[in-house]
Amino acid sequence: MLLALTAVAALIPVLVLVEIGYQVINGARPAISRFGLGFLWHSGWQPNFSIFGAGNMLYGTIVSSLIALALAMPLGIAIALYLSMIAPRGIRAIVGPMVEMLAAIPSVILGFWGIIVFAPFVQQHLEPWLHSVLGFIPIFGAAETTGLSLFTAGLVLTIMVLPIIASLSRDMFLTVPAELRDGAEALGATRWEMIRGVVLPTTISGVAAATVLGLGRALGEAIAVAQVIGDGNLIHSSLFETGSTLASRIALEIQYTVSPLHTASLFYLALILLAISLLTNLAAQGIARRFDVGQALAQ
Amino acid sequence: MSTVSDPTSPQPIKSLKPSGNLGRRAAVSRLLVGGATASALLAVAVLAIVVFGVVVRGIHALTIGFLTKDPPQFGGAGGGIASAIVGSALIVGVATVITVPIGVLGAIYVTEFAGPRSRTARAVRTSLDLMQGLPTVVVGLFVFGLIVTATNTESGFAGSIALSIIMLPLVARSTQEVLLLVPTGLREAADALGVARWRSVVRMIVPAAMGGIVTGTILAVARAAGETAPLLIVDGIYTNSTTINVFGHGMPNIPVLIWTASEAADPNGFARAWGAALVLLAVILIANVGARVLLARSRARTGQ
Repeated sequence: MLLALTAVAALIPVLVLVEIGYQVINGARPAISRFGLGFLWHSGWQPNFSIFGAGNMLYGTIVSSLIALALAMPLGIAIALYLSMIAPRGIRAIVGPMVEMLAAIPSVILGFWGIIVFAPFVQQHLEPWLHSVLGFIPIFGAAETTGLSLFTAGLVLTIMVLPIIASLSRDMFLTVPAELRDGAEALGATRWEMIRGVVLPTTISGVAAATVLGLGRALGEAIAVAQVIGDGNLIHSSLFETGSTLASRIALEIQYTVSPLHTASLFYLALILLAISLLTNLAAQGIARRFDVGQALAQ
Repeated sequence: MSTVSDPTSPQPIKSLKPSGNLGRRAAVSRLLVGGATASALLAVAVLAIVVFGVVVRGIHALTIGFLTKDPPQFGGAGGGIASAIVGSALIVGVATVITVPIGVLGAIYVTEFAGPRSRTARAVRTSLDLMQGLPTVVVGLFVFGLIVTATNTESGFAGSIALSIIMLPLVARSTQEVLLLVPTGLREAADALGVARWRSVVRMIVPAAMGGIVTGTILAVARAAGETAPLLIVDGIYTNSTTINVFGHGMPNIPVLIWTASEAADPNGFARAWGAALVLLAVILIANVGARVLLARSRARTGQ
């Protein structure tokens, strides 16, 4: 009896996953038969004229996530090293949970704060500064009027991804046996040489898996990004211009679709997003399993 | 980084103070350790800035009336967020009632009945991982297609279903972990005494893991309470009066209230949204701290 009950409960996640795939494909079907694979790179999006394409959104998704990853990966690993190798025990017990707390802030609050507080700061200080120092590279163009931009979205995503990479990497670093670390230091290695020579090589795959999981989170975040990215419809060379991502477009338009084809196109965007997220998660699991660090990552 | 010194210019050791190559190595190490420390400080500073920003802007709004009155029906100043608090509590409550039995039973199957090498257990674990990685907006769209277009109406219940999909992997995973912490000796002792497996699970293993299950549930509730994308999609249109009916019509809720205000340039809406953000953030942070304390306590009691 209990066995049957628990078996049914255990199968529910599998069924839900299959059903999600089915529903999303089913909803996207009209758009798939209308646009085919060309949808992926077609860059127009004009619902009133039945013109739909995911090109701009794919660009926005990839660029904002890459900004987040470029910042959050080094910072996250550094924080993880601090929490596992450097900080005294008492400080670890305070700073560690605080970093994880960052992940608990709801995205809608982070996005609201992003609109009101952070975007103006980015627009008035960060973007002009980057423009004056690195302006010869086209991606650092002049700041626009609102501060709502791909760049701001990338920074907000950094805040969301950072605690994921940091806490998972810390758990990885803590699995390195103390004998190995002590051995390296006993041989005269400095703290950094010990980290570079012993800790990082043995945990690199776990850190990579953590980073991929963080990337998955950044790719799929809808709300905070929709709030601060400015919902632009064009691809610009500058990061300081508005844009949109797959997820933000769905969140902003699903309530206000103008035609069945519009709804189907949003489902098509979701299908792309679903495929990307499944791939990143399977990749993270694959990396973790291949190097047999799955147990530590599963914590 | 070579530590072998050049034999053509031997350096006699004059003092134990790091010099030359050793000094450089120590400096590099200090620099990177300093960088790591600064990174951790940055993360803590960001947390402090965001929380402080919400508290400063939301604290004015917090009055008894704010928590007990509905927002004014046609915009304007004053009023509260009672309808959204009630709505959020009910939506998350229903989601919890749906999720916890499924998550706990499923975890019991995987750890207690399936055995570690079982194919089924592996499939379940993989799908839980994949579920946890699902973009919440996709979950919302799924429920939109499943319930909202089918019944042609948004509802709090549709929101509960979406939230329970998000909570399920969290509850199931944390339950699995605590079940694995229950010593195998207990199970073997029960088996040796001829106790049926289901009986030892119900009377012994689940009670021993209770602290962890409760902690996991609290964390999942905290996560669901702030989840916006699915609610925006399946429960984003509602009239702003308090209701306890989760079926049939859209239900006000805190995340969508904040979202709607943040997308409209209305100072009254901003003021209300900051207050709502403060309430939500306080609940979530307290739940997180509480869950940690609870976990530490139950670990101390069971000696793990």
